[in-house]
Amino acid sequence: MSEKPIRVLVAKPGLDGHDRGAKVIAQALRDAGMEVIYTGLRQTPDQIVGAALQEDVDVVALSCLSGAHLHLFPAVVEGLQKQNAGDILVLGGGIIPDEDIPELKEKGIVEIFTPGTNTKAVINYIKEKVGKA
Amino acid sequence: MFDKDSLEKIKEQKQKYQQKLETLTAKRPERQEKFVTDSEIDINTLYTPEDIDHLDYEKDLGFPGDYPYTRGVQPNMYRGRLWTMRQYAGFGTAEETNKRFRYLLEQGQTGLSVAFDLPTQIGYDSDHQLAMGEVGKVGVAIDSLLDMETLFDQIPLDKVSTSMTINSPAAILLAMYIAVAEKQGVKQEQLKGTIQNDILKEYVARGTYIFPPEHSMRLITDIFAYCAKNVPSWNTISISGYHIREAGSTAAQEVAFTLADGIAYVEAAIDAGLDVDEFAPRLSFFFNAHLNFFEEVAKFRAARRLWARIMKERFGAKKPKSMMLRFHTQTAGCTLTAQQPDVNIMRVAFQALSAVLGGTQSLHTNSRDEALALPSDSSVLIALRTQQVIGYEIGAADTVDPLGGSYFVESLTDAVEQKALEYIKKIDDLGGAPKAIEFMQKEIHTSAYKYQQEIESGKKIVIGVNKFQMQEERPKDLLKVDPEVGKRQEAKLARLRAERDNEKVQKMLQEIERAAGTNENLLPYFVEAVKNYATLGEICGVLRNVFGEYQQQIVF
Repeated sequence: MSEKPIRVLVAKPGLDGHDRGAKVIAQALRDAGMEVIYTGLRQTPDQIVGAALQEDVDVVALSCLSGAHLHLFPAVVEGLQKQNAGDILVLGGGIIPDEDIPELKEKGIVEIFTPGTNTKAVINYIKEKVGKA
Repeated sequence: MFDKDSLEKIKEQKQKYQQKLETLTAKRPERQEKFVTDSEIDINTLYTPEDIDHLDYEKDLGFPGDYPYTRGVQPNMYRGRLWTMRQYAGFGTAEETNKRFRYLLEQGQTGLSVAFDLPTQIGYDSDHQLAMGEVGKVGVAIDSLLDMETLFDQIPLDKVSTSMTINSPAAILLAMYIAVAEKQGVKQEQLKGTIQNDILKEYVARGTYIFPPEHSMRLITDIFAYCAKNVPSWNTISISGYHIREAGSTAAQEVAFTLADGIAYVEAAIDAGLDVDEFAPRLSFFFNAHLNFFEEVAKFRAARRLWARIMKERFGAKKPKSMMLRFHTQTAGCTLTAQQPDVNIMRVAFQALSAVLGGTQSLHTNSRDEALALPSDSSVLIALRTQQVIGYEIGAADTVDPLGGSYFVESLTDAVEQKALEYIKKIDDLGGAPKAIEFMQKEIHTSAYKYQQEIESGKKIVIGVNKFQMQEERPKDLLKVDPEVGKRQEAKLARLRAERDNEKVQKMLQEIERAAGTNENLLPYFVEAVKNYATLGEICGVLRNVFGEYQQQIVF
């Protein structure tokens, strides 16, 4: 039974240039057997939605350390929904204050991973939610 | 450094010691099988004169204030004056940041350091579509001279020195600073401060690039030339390892990649027809102070020695000031934990001490809550007080280079220098730093991934994260940027565009566009344009037309 591997788009929305965490997560997911595409820096929500559709991913993992997450993360979810791709799992990571997390979850970012997160926690979470590989 | 007879004796005694050690560790194994620094330099159980026996005091260490400056750039270092305590600050609007600046100056801070928001750093006005959600977040929003006037309101620019973390549009922000000073009646030759202006590390590690490398390098050499003539006390660049380290490099990579970038700037300036001793005295550096205490001290010393040798031997610099590596240090943001954030105060203190023992010229200490949000007033105060404790209470500043001569630290200084030299050679072989951007990114990512794996395997211990964890409540009094900042900036811009002499602004922008296509120095054009309230976004816009934009190569 060889199932298709989980496909993940790791994306950096907005102007933030900190991508150490995004690249480390991307590598860890790849080492865990997933197919990972990294967008590079400075992507608009529209560009991320386009890449997610084109690459036919199961998961979009967003990273933002600049404080613009409340503006940028929900815009990606909205864009995916508009393209009938609301089934793609959207995760967020970065410097996200606790008090912002409920709002992000309400707007469809299913889980938020903050500094100090073990990459295995992210891997396990994705495997469980997407339920393959 | 030691006479033969005593070295022989030490060797003999060391053999005995080794035997004793083996018996002991056979019975009781050590905490780790192997001890290594962040740069993977093996750490021995003990260091003796044998380990530094090859050092030539005069050639390799010398006296502070003398070549090769291993022991420091001034003869008496902090006995004369302590380092500049300079906290990086900025958020929201110019009004709010001005308030924080004045608060810090009242608390005994001795220099300013401006954090700009991302739209400013990437040359977009606050009303640009890509600025949405980012205005005022990681720093202060500056759109025009109007904001800059507010930012420095009641701060005498002939008295304070100001460091500005600005890179791609550095020339334009410098032009605004010059214009504000003029309004205060301060002449440009009196101005003291630094612009970061280090584009190469933006491509490598920090990400706020705008233009392709060759055009960015031209803006940088324009600044060198303009300042050498007009703003002689200004540090025209702060060649930064800080962000390279934050992105995950080791200490040795930090030194190597920073100095490789430095070499590229010197070469570009010489190619542009400048004399090395004309601009090199105004080059400054910026390093990270990370956790591995002794290696950090060694790193600062190694960087100084290495740069002095490069400037003298490779570039034939003659002025002592051209060979002196002067640097700012910031403690390592990436070592701050969101868990048990008060523990960060201790991390910062040790990191800051390593910078002082390494001979830094200025220092920023991070605040305990920065893994959670922008620092609050009370956290910034503790961070500043930490520096004051080091400076005034513990005696660390009372003699020059107190760890100089330590068998361990001298040996590490050598080892870091060696590792860095090997990397610089590799980068030279690739054609220099501008051609080695992807190489450096790969090396940094490999180190970053290894660091994370070591934390996850428990090989590297992070208190509160993988050891001594606690159930805890997150602190509640975090600083939050007013979400209305963007709207206020937009309104301010709309007013400005309605009230200024738009015809004149258009003419100035056309002039810039024309001059950008020639090899004229652009600084005088920028100064004139900002005085007439052309915005940062407008000026960068015409430059984008002429220079194009950098396309990132994705390395991962």
